[in-house]
Amino acid sequence: MTQTRGVFGDALLIARKDLLLERRAKIGLGQVIPFAILVLLLFAFALDPDRGVLKQATPGLFWVTVLFSSVLTLQRSFGLEAEDGILEALRLSGLSPAGIYLGKVTALTIELLLLEAVLVLGVAVLYDTEFLGIPLLLAIAVTATLGISAAGAVYGALAARLRSRETLLPLLLLPLLAPVLIAATRGCEVSLQREAMSGWPWAALLGIFALVYLTLGSFLFRPLLEDA
Amino acid sequence: MSAIVHLHSAVALIGRFPALAGVDLDVDPGEILLLRGPNGAGKTTLLGVCAGLIGLSSGEAVVLGEDLTSHRRAVRRRVGLLGHDSFLYQDLSVVENLDFWSRAAAATVADGRAALDRLGVASRLFELPVHALSAGQRRRVSFAAMICRRPELWLLDEPHAGLDSAGRDLVDGLMQEAAASGATVMFASHELDRAENVAHRAVTISGGVILPASQPEPASQPEPASQPEP
Amino acid sequence: MTTTKTESLSTVPAAPTGTGSRGTRVLGAVALLFLVIAVAYGLLISPPDAQLGNTIRIIYMHVPTVMAAYLAFLITAVSSGMYLWKRTEFWDLLGSSAAEIGVLFFAVTIVDGALWGKVTWGVFWRWEPRLTTSAVLLIMYIGYLAVRAIPADPKTRATRCAIIGLVAVVNIPIVHKAVDWWRGLHQGKTVLGTIDPEMGGTQLFAMYSALVAGILVCVWLLIHRFRAGFLAERASDLGLDQALEERRLESSPAQGADS
Repeated sequence: MTQTRGVFGDALLIARKDLLLERRAKIGLGQVIPFAILVLLLFAFALDPDRGVLKQATPGLFWVTVLFSSVLTLQRSFGLEAEDGILEALRLSGLSPAGIYLGKVTALTIELLLLEAVLVLGVAVLYDTEFLGIPLLLAIAVTATLGISAAGAVYGALAARLRSRETLLPLLLLPLLAPVLIAATRGCEVSLQREAMSGWPWAALLGIFALVYLTLGSFLFRPLLEDA
Repeated sequence: MSAIVHLHSAVALIGRFPALAGVDLDVDPGEILLLRGPNGAGKTTLLGVCAGLIGLSSGEAVVLGEDLTSHRRAVRRRVGLLGHDSFLYQDLSVVENLDFWSRAAAATVADGRAALDRLGVASRLFELPVHALSAGQRRRVSFAAMICRRPELWLLDEPHAGLDSAGRDLVDGLMQEAAASGATVMFASHELDRAENVAHRAVTISGGVILPASQPEPASQPEPASQPEP
Repeated sequence: MTTTKTESLSTVPAAPTGTGSRGTRVLGAVALLFLVIAVAYGLLISPPDAQLGNTIRIIYMHVPTVMAAYLAFLITAVSSGMYLWKRTEFWDLLGSSAAEIGVLFFAVTIVDGALWGKVTWGVFWRWEPRLTTSAVLLIMYIGYLAVRAIPADPKTRATRCAIIGLVAVVNIPIVHKAVDWWRGLHQGKTVLGTIDPEMGGTQLFAMYSALVAGILVCVWLLIHRFRAGFLAERASDLGLDQALEERRLESSPAQGADS
């Protein structure tokens, strides 16, 4: 068994390792998801549930919560690669940088989709949301999450070795994700029938965002691991 | 060009600091080379250069036949580096770490188990997360993760540190075994008494350069060592 | 456009001590001339606009600054790609200099856009697509400068910046599209940041001279910033030979290694 694994084999290895780490340490389950639910509560305190603002703004609040949670998830995901010389070990390992990148993105996407599933339950219970247009909602969730992971993995890896990573990552990442927030929020509003238009162009825009950053990230991860 | 490691006037910068200030060094196949020198002399940087992790800003470096100035990455699969860091995921268990790193290095899971066995890591530790291990146990696991790659060039940064005397004997034995089977070993150590017994040759590095061989030579010197030339 | 500029910059490494040269002085003088023309025509000679009244005079400034900002970010993007390919200091310095200039022009754009909004709409900020896009992009590139400011090995810093430069630039059209669709639902066409095809002669002249002035000022600043960055690098390098000497002397009790 020599170097026949290829980029996708490397990606699978990394993704499985990341999910195993989450299963062992449970940072996502034990810390990020409770934080996300907490944010839902805070929005309710700030926006007064009785005036109907909460219900109206549910898609936006949902995706803002996802963005903030994704910053935490990314910090965890790349923080552990920057410790104990792991980055050097990865460079020595012979794993392809694109494979490492795609593996990280895969694991992040799965983790964030699970978080979103819990958040969906949260808004259903706390904000009394009715879910309409499920196929569109699913398409938006998958494309938006893939986009967040794809762009986030590049900046997550870049920030991980900097001492000011806690402040730098949100500053770099959140403006980049502005179109994701807009498209995912509008798409969900269409789906929940709060806007009269087709929601699929929004899903398409999210898909393009994800594809663009997946491609770019696959190329940029080598210089990122080597020199950044 | 039979040397496994050939460095000539090698300068390596860490930031703007010249950690290596013009190193000349040749290491022969099957040799066990001890790097000695004070803290901050450049030993760790030298090992990093040989592993293809740190680039040269000037000079020549050929390791395992690969020119590091142009093909720094090619050498990495073929070397094993034991650094100050553990190179292990703290939250994964011993076997999970070994499985991951052996498969990442295109070795098999069985290679990983064999390496753990070779390092004398007790099987009761296998399922423990790495952060629960003692420093010595962790060092052995790191060592196992390194040798399961079957490296042609061993680069060991203070391999004796943190180990009990049985562990140190084990490490010495492993180095000799590796050299006997054709691999080459470079290691940095402050345990000079022990290290000089194992090493075929010792060089002293200080201020980012290798000192001329007028320094005291180690006791055992089975083969004529090629000296660095300015 | 960018290629001619980079060619004119490629002579820079010869500049020994200052950031000025005969070329930049001529360029500066021409930029100044166009600025004077733009001010004269924009503020004094051209008539108020039929629809916009005197607020069109803000647009004479707004359009050039936003164009210059986008030009700068385009240069940053090209330089980032070229850096990752060629790995030369030239592309690193060009990219980071352009990012700084771009942030400057974008900040000016947002301020004059908000002023225009205050006069026209009565509020400083409306979620007008172009202004909103500019705000997002401005923060994105402030992030670039924040990373640039972190002390690091020059190559490391250059790689980080090049990566951000590329990641950020591909976001520009996507942000643009998203914001356009988002606001397009709620309001009609905007006049901010566009050149009205029905502009009269002196208005058009004011607009184009302002545009030329804006681009020239941008290029002039870019050249100077590049040279300042280049000199700063040389200043940091000055210590290197000495550092090497000192490093070797650390081993001196056993006589200097080679000298």
